[in-house]
Amino acid sequence: MNNPELEGQVAGFSDAGPAKISANKVSVFYGEKKAIDEVSIDIHTKYVTAFIGPSGCGKSTFLRTLNRMNDTIPSARVDGEILLDGEDIYRSKMDVVQLRARVGMVFQKPNPFPKSIYDNIAYGPKIHGLAESKSDLDGIVEQSLQRAGLWDEVKDRLSDSGTALSGGQQQRLCIARAIAVDPEVILMDEPCSALDPIATARIEELIDELRGRYAIVIVTHSMQQAARVSQRTAFFHLGNLVEYGRTSDIFTNPREERTKDYITGRYG
Amino acid sequence: MSPAIFVLVAIGLGLVGWLAARSRAWAFASNEGARLHSLPNYHGWYVAMWAFVPAVIFALVWNAVSPNLVMQAVLSDPAAAKLPEFGITRDTVLAEAMAVASGSAQGVFNPLARELVEPARNAMRLYSIIGLVVTVLVGFAAGVFAFTRLRPDFTARTRVERGVMLGLLVASLVAILTTFGIVASLLFETIRFFGMVNPIDFLFGTQWSPNPMGDPAFTNSEDYGALPLFWGTIYIGAIIAMIVAIPLGLMSAVYLTQYANPTFRKWMKPILEILAGVPTVVYGYFAALTVAPFIRDVARSVGIASASSESAIAAGLVMGVMIIPFVSSMADDSIAAVPSAMRDGSLAMGATKSETIRKVLIPAALPGIVAGVMLAISRAIGETMIVVMAAGAAANLTGNPFESMTTVTYQIVAMLTGEGSFDHPATLSAFALGMVLFIVTLALNFFALRVVKRYREAYE
Repeated sequence: MNNPELEGQVAGFSDAGPAKISANKVSVFYGEKKAIDEVSIDIHTKYVTAFIGPSGCGKSTFLRTLNRMNDTIPSARVDGEILLDGEDIYRSKMDVVQLRARVGMVFQKPNPFPKSIYDNIAYGPKIHGLAESKSDLDGIVEQSLQRAGLWDEVKDRLSDSGTALSGGQQQRLCIARAIAVDPEVILMDEPCSALDPIATARIEELIDELRGRYAIVIVTHSMQQAARVSQRTAFFHLGNLVEYGRTSDIFTNPREERTKDYITGRYG
Repeated sequence: MSPAIFVLVAIGLGLVGWLAARSRAWAFASNEGARLHSLPNYHGWYVAMWAFVPAVIFALVWNAVSPNLVMQAVLSDPAAAKLPEFGITRDTVLAEAMAVASGSAQGVFNPLARELVEPARNAMRLYSIIGLVVTVLVGFAAGVFAFTRLRPDFTARTRVERGVMLGLLVASLVAILTTFGIVASLLFETIRFFGMVNPIDFLFGTQWSPNPMGDPAFTNSEDYGALPLFWGTIYIGAIIAMIVAIPLGLMSAVYLTQYANPTFRKWMKPILEILAGVPTVVYGYFAALTVAPFIRDVARSVGIASASSESAIAAGLVMGVMIIPFVSSMADDSIAAVPSAMRDGSLAMGATKSETIRKVLIPAALPGIVAGVMLAISRAIGETMIVVMAAGAAANLTGNPFESMTTVTYQIVAMLTGEGSFDHPATLSAFALGMVLFIVTLALNFFALRVVKRYREAYE
């Protein structure tokens, strides 16, 4: 999006410091079809950034380019640059293994591995060699579960299968799994869409607690959720980033007509 | 008169019923202006079923019963009084007369039989005419009964559906009942065998040297120790073959599901599955003519003097190759059935592709893979042609894969096609061996299906 006004506004996050992730004219193609059209956006640590927009607007696609999960789709192609701390994640020496250790992801549907709760959390630290001993690993597991607010519920049954937990617990397990490798950014792709309102509230609380430590990007269909958990909101429409700004501004005083129409429920 | 005529008659009755009922239904609709519950075709099928099915059932029963009736008629003929009282001669003479009367033989050896041909021919003609007439009557009566029930609001469609359901049920029962029949006959012969040979000696004895020409009265139980056969079967089918098939099958499944590009997979998977359809005798040639001599030469050149040209390892290797498609196809299906969310979850943690496969996909697919392996084993131990051609006949209880070994299936073939009479323990031992094989493969399949079932429940 080459909107001078918008650029000015993004640069105007004077309180935010340097961008953690900086996307520059990113386009994504599925075969011939252009799913994302020259999106530029800065994402900052200690903020929750929400991507909103109608279904099929490309917000999830864009999210998945941030940790190269689109690589698993053979026909997908990415143009433009995405910088993580100034380093291009598609063209530098950084490989996807390192990238994904730094940029974790939580999916729409809770997807714990069919392993024990303990092994679910220990999976990442083990493959990245983060723990030198069993007690290190125990420590990481406990800390991650505590940060995800799940420790008290599962500490007595760490050897039970992760798939035996309730939906909301499974999703918190997935969040704990993501933070176990100590990432810098956590991407969440509609993390509450498969959960009931109580579990959703619990996850939203958790996102707010985690914000102090990570840059969090959340894709959501629920504008109320975006308003509740985020400080920055980006509105996507038809593969374009229409407007990006402080959540309070976007919801009370949108600059773009399309944003206004969407948040007032006129379409989408 | 051949059974085909009875069936043709029944089909003819059905056709007439179908046409009549359909036009009757049309008549309801057009003349009386009634609204039909079911389409005219359903009325047609309803009456056709009624005309056809009882007629065919009667024809089948009649075909089973009428030879006895003919026999009775022949025996009541004065000429039959000259027949010898009992025994084989009597039966032979009667059989000859029947064969000539039905036209399947030209002349007779026994002059007595010639006298019986005429009464037999008459009786046959009489009973087949009776049968045909009654078949027509039964079909007609049932058809008329059905026809009189037709009304505009008659629920022909529902009834035809029920009839179709019953037909399908019968079809599915045929396979099951046949299996029961096979088991029953196996069981019967097995019990006869164990009447002559001690089951303990059979199951745990280590010497297998049945003599089909020996006197059954002096059967030595110790010659029927089947342990070397069981060992050979397990060693070739479940050990050597699986050492080949499990890694190769699994790796090909992993490659096809995770690495191959879609075009390659589209071609490769059917080709691999076609391999499962190659006749086992072809693999047998390959094992006997190519692999076995090659292995013998290699083994001798490295100083294994005992290497035989018929070796367990040759049969096992080729059998393993034959089994690869089974393992690979089951493993492929169960890996592909692991939700892609698992794979994405692991990749998003920064795991590499092979870490994801080893630590997430294969563990998640393991029950399916295990089931595939068990089905493959049950297939391998029941395999006959390869071992007949490549493994040999010597019942060796040895761990040396270069020696000749024999298997249960090989010995079943050898004993049944041997020269012993049918009630000789050597021949009967084939049934006991078959029973053991049947029980083992049944248990393996049963266990495999349970594992698969539990695995399905895990993701649904």
